[in-house]
Amino acid sequence: MSVILVFLALITAIAGWWLSRQRLMSKPWLEVGPVTAFPETEAPIMHPAKIGLGVFLAVVGALFALMISAYFMRMVYADWQAAPVPQLLWLNTAMLVLASVALQCAVVAAHKGQRDNLRLALLAGALTSTVFLGGQLLAWRDLAAQGYFATENPAVSFFYLITAMHGLHIIGGLVALGRTNVRAWRGESSAHLVLSTELCAMYWHVLLIVWLVLFAVLMGWAADFIDICRRLLS
Amino acid sequence: MAIALVLVLVVIGSVLFHVLSPWWWTPIASNWGYIDSTLVVTFWITGAVFSAVVLFMAYCVYRFRHKEGQKAAYEPESRKLESWLTLITAVGVAAMLAPGLYVWKQFVTVPKDATEVEVVAQQWQWSFRLPGADGKLGTSNARLINSDNPLGINPEDPNGQDDVVVEAADLHLPIDKPVKMLLRSIDVLHDFYVPEFRAKMDMVPGMVTYFWLTPTRTGTFEVLCAELCGTGHGFMRGIVMVDTAQDYTTWLQQQSTFAQLTGPAKVGALVDRAKAAATVE
Amino acid sequence: MVDVTPHGADLIPPAEVGEMDLYHPHSWWTKYVFSQDAKVIAIQYSGTAMAIGLVALVLSWLMRLQLGFPGTFDFITPEAYYQFMTMHGMIMVIYLLTALFLGGFGNYLIPLMVGARDMVFPYVNMLSYWIYLVAVLVLVSSFFAPGGPTGAGWTLYPPQAITSGTPGGQDWGIILMLVSLILFIIGFTMGGLNYVVTVLQARTRGMTLMRMPLTVWGIFTATVMALLAFPALFVACVMMLFDRIIGSSFFMPAMVEMGEQSPHNGGSPIMFQHLFWFFGHPEVYIVALPAFGIVSDLISTHARKNIFGYRMMVWAIVGIGALSFVVWAHHMYVSGMHPYFGFFFATTTLIIAVPTAIKVYNWVLTLWRGDIHLTLPMLFALAFIVTFVNGGLTGLFLGNVVVDVPLSDTMFVVAHFHMVMGVAPIMVVFGAIYHWYPKIIGRMLNEAMGRFHFWVTFVGAYLIFFPMHYVGLVGVPRRYPELGDTAFIPPSVHTLNEFITIAALTVGFAQMVFLFNLFWSLRNGKDAGDNPWRATSLEWQTAGTPPPHGNFGKELPVVYRWAYDYSVPGAPEDFIPQNDPRPATQGGPA
Repeated sequence: MSVILVFLALITAIAGWWLSRQRLMSKPWLEVGPVTAFPETEAPIMHPAKIGLGVFLAVVGALFALMISAYFMRMVYADWQAAPVPQLLWLNTAMLVLASVALQCAVVAAHKGQRDNLRLALLAGALTSTVFLGGQLLAWRDLAAQGYFATENPAVSFFYLITAMHGLHIIGGLVALGRTNVRAWRGESSAHLVLSTELCAMYWHVLLIVWLVLFAVLMGWAADFIDICRRLLS
Repeated sequence: MAIALVLVLVVIGSVLFHVLSPWWWTPIASNWGYIDSTLVVTFWITGAVFSAVVLFMAYCVYRFRHKEGQKAAYEPESRKLESWLTLITAVGVAAMLAPGLYVWKQFVTVPKDATEVEVVAQQWQWSFRLPGADGKLGTSNARLINSDNPLGINPEDPNGQDDVVVEAADLHLPIDKPVKMLLRSIDVLHDFYVPEFRAKMDMVPGMVTYFWLTPTRTGTFEVLCAELCGTGHGFMRGIVMVDTAQDYTTWLQQQSTFAQLTGPAKVGALVDRAKAAATVE
Repeated sequence: MVDVTPHGADLIPPAEVGEMDLYHPHSWWTKYVFSQDAKVIAIQYSGTAMAIGLVALVLSWLMRLQLGFPGTFDFITPEAYYQFMTMHGMIMVIYLLTALFLGGFGNYLIPLMVGARDMVFPYVNMLSYWIYLVAVLVLVSSFFAPGGPTGAGWTLYPPQAITSGTPGGQDWGIILMLVSLILFIIGFTMGGLNYVVTVLQARTRGMTLMRMPLTVWGIFTATVMALLAFPALFVACVMMLFDRIIGSSFFMPAMVEMGEQSPHNGGSPIMFQHLFWFFGHPEVYIVALPAFGIVSDLISTHARKNIFGYRMMVWAIVGIGALSFVVWAHHMYVSGMHPYFGFFFATTTLIIAVPTAIKVYNWVLTLWRGDIHLTLPMLFALAFIVTFVNGGLTGLFLGNVVVDVPLSDTMFVVAHFHMVMGVAPIMVVFGAIYHWYPKIIGRMLNEAMGRFHFWVTFVGAYLIFFPMHYVGLVGVPRRYPELGDTAFIPPSVHTLNEFITIAALTVGFAQMVFLFNLFWSLRNGKDAGDNPWRATSLEWQTAGTPPPHGNFGKELPVVYRWAYDYSVPGAPEDFIPQNDPRPATQGGPA
């Protein structure tokens, strides 16, 4: 459970930092009147969707942290054998990186009002993400063709489970990204698309980070890294 | 108004119930009297806190109930009072935690001279295995279980040949000898629970869990399963008898070893099966 | 997130008024059924939760009948008993208490109390309810599935949850249960995002965090915890579905199932327990923290006195919320996990008792030198304190690792958690309903029926669960449909069991009176007016009662003071609403 605890420590640190700016030590019964004296304690004027997505991504982070925790807990049992990781995953990872880059370009284009660039970048993001999903499916087929089904070996079960769960999140994101694409190609002005584009980009960046961590876990690097840390400590 | 009276009655009733009711723990039959003592300490501390809080509340309700023209005091906080209350609570909590952790240390430290006894649970019966003359239990594996070898003892392990197997029958333990109960399940979770021993532990398939105790009183005690294990959970009973050393020896001599139960011919068949199982895995 | 723009009195965030027009319901369907108004969603959530809770209540009667009079009722076989027990537990914890406190009270009170027009994502909020409803229907459908619902206990421990020795283990029961939980979590996450972001972002001007009523603090903190804890249950459910349906071995070890070697190999049942309780323990506080918050407001309002030690109360809520994530394994002291974990988890568990105790002291000290009106909400608040203190203190037995060893898995545990997270939060639910029903409906609940309901419920529930601790102390294990002939259990325990059963049926009857009152008062209750309790917080200062769509009139209220200005010295009235700009000496209701 150490992975989820580290993740929660991170969340707690962020929450603690935010709370520390909310004047929790103040004595509210002494402060009658409007609060113009303490503007920082007012609700922030930031689009709620961004805060909402931020909170949602924290939930997604907790979900994957728990899955990795389970992976490490299961790993120490005797029947564990490392699963072969299809080489295709490298290509898929590259695709997801490209998608993230494309969406970042889209954000820049939206802010500058470059409609054509925005359209192209959004489309590129959607296409590379679709290719990523297709690649993941091919990776599954590769594994199955080599005789690794989900029941054979817990490492393989985890591989299917984790990639499926990550893929489902990408599919969910693609729905939102698809809608943004449609709106962009229908000719909505880029000023109206800034928010949607920013939200998509934020979601994709986080899912990319999640994927990189998952990739490291599935490749066995994460376990090696923890081993090294443990040796350094002892 | 009635509520103030009822609050007082709740306290008096609870205390009287605690003191006068016939329902209390079973007479102890093991060395874990410390657990009982910690429990009694906890009862005293928590009982005092409960009575104090509820009686204070009853007094407040009685004294400060609404009357015409009454106005409440304005009192946002009192750092001093709150600090004191925090401190006192922390001391009370420490007074329960310290003995608790001290006894837990004993609970998890098995004495060196403890003899091992294995309990094997399955839906819905108890079996037992005692080390033979060599004092060692043979290894076991759930994959080796069949009708001839219900406990899955490894026939290739020489330590296992003289193990005493008690299948679905009573377990006997000698008095005043520390025993380490090794707990194993071959299907779902179970929990080896003898109320008079106080100690208990879950049995988890794929693992060997343990606790230790020294029986201090001869007699017949019931074993219950304390972890939900399916429809037969409530009927999964067994018997542990704590004997004098002499009775124990007599009983032990009547039991069969693994080798006797399986017989030379069958052991050969079992070895083949064990090999097959080993290659499968 | 620092915002330094000056806040002029006429500056209302432009998004709010504009979007309100969009959400405005145009037809009967969008007004009452597919409504995006948090208040309607709240009533839908509460209604569904209470309906399914009623099912769980009836199941508890059946269980008590079996325990009090074993062998009398032929249809309550051990299988049926375990099915009743499992469904009762799961429904009460998840589908009633979690849904009612967060989906019901959260939806109704958060926007009103922080001065917002609605939740920030009304459409997602509506989806949240409908997914919850589907989850409930899937759960109910398992009663009609072949093999019936699962009988694995609400903890669903593998391997037995998905083996043939357990009702529903190899049938549809367990699958429907897991699917229902997964749906619930998805639905809850949608609602939870709303509650959190509304508190973060949609507070009206002047509503700083330290001016929020403790109800909002409690629900807010509980929602944050739930958002982070429910993924653990989600992961556990998905992995168990894998094990059950495609035969993987996440949790399933090599085992012999009914004389047959199972196909599983090497899985870890303890891993499931870690995941389950990583959700399960925060879940206790997900139910308790909203109750803590609500009861603080009930006591303060009806004792006409500010809550004592408001700051300490806020810190305690936040502290308990954070600590509750590092105590989960105290449910697993005898699970076979590494025994040295016991030292750590016993210590953290007993530390959490300190902030909890402080909250109790502050509630009681609020009564001191108050002006206590013994209204129904106040009575239920007092009952909450008694049962919560009782249940909380027995938690010190079970949290202190070595004392837990003889008591775990006995009726003592059952009595403890029913007292602390069954009876105590339900007392708050009742108090809250008597308190806010006048705002929701515009009429008061009938007082006589309410008093009858209170006395039977409080005294009856105490009589059920206080003696039950001693049944556990004798050594009677939990989850036994009957005790049979067991030498260490004296016949007097059977008599006590009969008594408890009769008490349980009586308390159950009182709930029918309560439900009747809810409907009867819709038409026949006394007219409540806008602020019958003369309370300070914003929900009582709305333009009308029940509050209209958009909650407040044309302009959102501006907050000038904290939520607890009761009996301020020098003020003409004994309360000053939060949106009253005048100094205390001239203040009071306009």
